[in-house]
Amino acid sequence: MIPAQFDYVAPTTLAEAIAALGAAGEDAKILAGGQSLIPVLRLRLAFPTTLIDLSRVSELRGVGEDGDVLVIGAMTKHSDVIEDPLVRQYAALLSEATSTVADPAVRHRGTFGGALAHADPAGDLAAVALALDAELVAEGPGGRRTIAAKDFFVDYLETSLSPDEILAAVRIPKLTGDWGVRYEKFNRVAQAWAIVGVATAVRTEGGSIAEARIGLTNMGSTPVRPHSVEAALVGASTREQVVAAAASAADGTNPPSDLGAKADYRQHLARVLTARAVSQAAGITS
Amino acid sequence: MRVSMKVDGVTYEDEVEPRTLLTHHLRDGLGRVGTPIGCDTSNCGSCTVSIDGESVKSCSVLAVQAAGADITTIQGLAEGSEWHPVQKAFQQHHGLQCGYCTPGMIMASVDLLTRNPSPTEDEVRHGLEGNLCRCTGYQNIVKAVLSAASELRGEGPIAGSFRDADEPVPATSGASS
Ligand SMILES: Cc1cc2nc3c(=O)[nH]c(=O)nc-3n(C[C@H](O)[C@H](O)[C@H](O)COP(=O)(O)OP(=O)(O)OC[C@H]3O[C@@H](n4cnc5c(N)ncnc54)[C@H](O)[C@@H]3O)c2cc1C
Ligand code: FES
Ligand code: FES
Repeated sequence: MIPAQFDYVAPTTLAEAIAALGAAGEDAKILAGGQSLIPVLRLRLAFPTTLIDLSRVSELRGVGEDGDVLVIGAMTKHSDVIEDPLVRQYAALLSEATSTVADPAVRHRGTFGGALAHADPAGDLAAVALALDAELVAEGPGGRRTIAAKDFFVDYLETSLSPDEILAAVRIPKLTGDWGVRYEKFNRVAQAWAIVGVATAVRTEGGSIAEARIGLTNMGSTPVRPHSVEAALVGASTREQVVAAAASAADGTNPPSDLGAKADYRQHLARVLTARAVSQAAGITS
Repeated sequence: MRVSMKVDGVTYEDEVEPRTLLTHHLRDGLGRVGTPIGCDTSNCGSCTVSIDGESVKSCSVLAVQAAGADITTIQGLAEGSEWHPVQKAFQQHHGLQCGYCTPGMIMASVDLLTRNPSPTEDEVRHGLEGNLCRCTGYQNIVKAVLSAASELRGEGPIAGSFRDADEPVPATSGASS
């Protein structure tokens, strides 16, 4: 189908984009890579009056460093995140998870910031942002503020960005030391969204787990961080201990029941995939 | 909006409504109907074209977003009457039946081989995961892409399923299918 009519603006600076968003009123929408928004427009599930396209705002693109923190521009495309040497070095979990998103053509357009702002609980990258303690930098007419990932994802397709704010960058503390990472994505056909996904980063010392970070995809209306599992994993050095700690991965979760899977099956998957991901990340084979 | 873009080597400038999808602009605006539309959900990949050297689904890009871009469609791959090696390989290996997915499949394959000139079978399957085919069962598409890869590396095509009668049988190269 052809989308309903809208006005289109393509600013070239963030300041212009914020001004355009303010001027266009409450039914305006930001257009990033368009890989979630354009399908929605085409199916006429949304009727924005104005689209503010960020694709010509070059200051929102690219990966840089700020001391111990990796700074990823919101408009950095999935394909560039995957290839980026800094991301590979300091946030390998993000490049691994991003390479499971959609397919190469979608990854050539879709952006890291767009995926987070869209806040689809089945999206792979929110769980990674949560597990890695990312901070999201929002800019609006009132200036800049930083939002912790745990406060950013509010509900299904809902974030704590206010309608006049733009997500400008994502700050991810660098993982340094002996960290292993793994994104376990369970889906049944190629190019599909995760039925459940588990993002893990694990630091080992002398063969046992010293620290674990876990984010769960599609186990509720927002990504989930199972802190109790992270705590229970400390000291684990065998597969049996990892499986025991992962047994509580689904505790307190409220996953959806849909065509992909029923809720209790998703809870089963969360336990199994958490054990698998942690073992792999920690290099624990038996 | 006035939008100018280069498509298959020709620069066009047209008045375009912001809501026009690139795929509709190519087909209805410019009459370049080699790029088909196969779905309404950005899943099938039949509309795949290259924008500034990157494969994209042209149904998921607004024409206005492609202002100033250099676009290649399936209609711009051949050099005169000489098919692109990937096109030739699809023909030789019977990589198509109804042909509806083929333009997108070939554009995605060209993109894949630009990034990875020596893909494994598994890498070809993953690289083409955004392109759906309802006919072939993919087997011959994968064969065709591996054969084109071999040819593009200068190692000659992999012995094919189909050849013109007067065409010599190509030597089997190291790559397996
Ligand atoms: C076939 C297909 C398969 C897919 N499979 C997966 C998958 O397996 N896993 C996965 O995680 N994703 C998947 N996606 C979605 C993909 O990751 C998208 O790229 C992503 O969800 C949205 O990013 P975008 O840049 O395209 O954003 P857009 O579509 O442009 O925008 C999405 C929403 O976020 C808002 N927005 C975007 N950027 C900003 C910003 N900087 N500030 C404020 N608001 C903003 C927009 O207004 C819009 O509401 C798939 C998409 C397709 C088409
Ligand atoms: S027409 Fe199906 S992905 Fe574009
Ligand atoms: S050849 Fe018919 S869809 Fe692929």
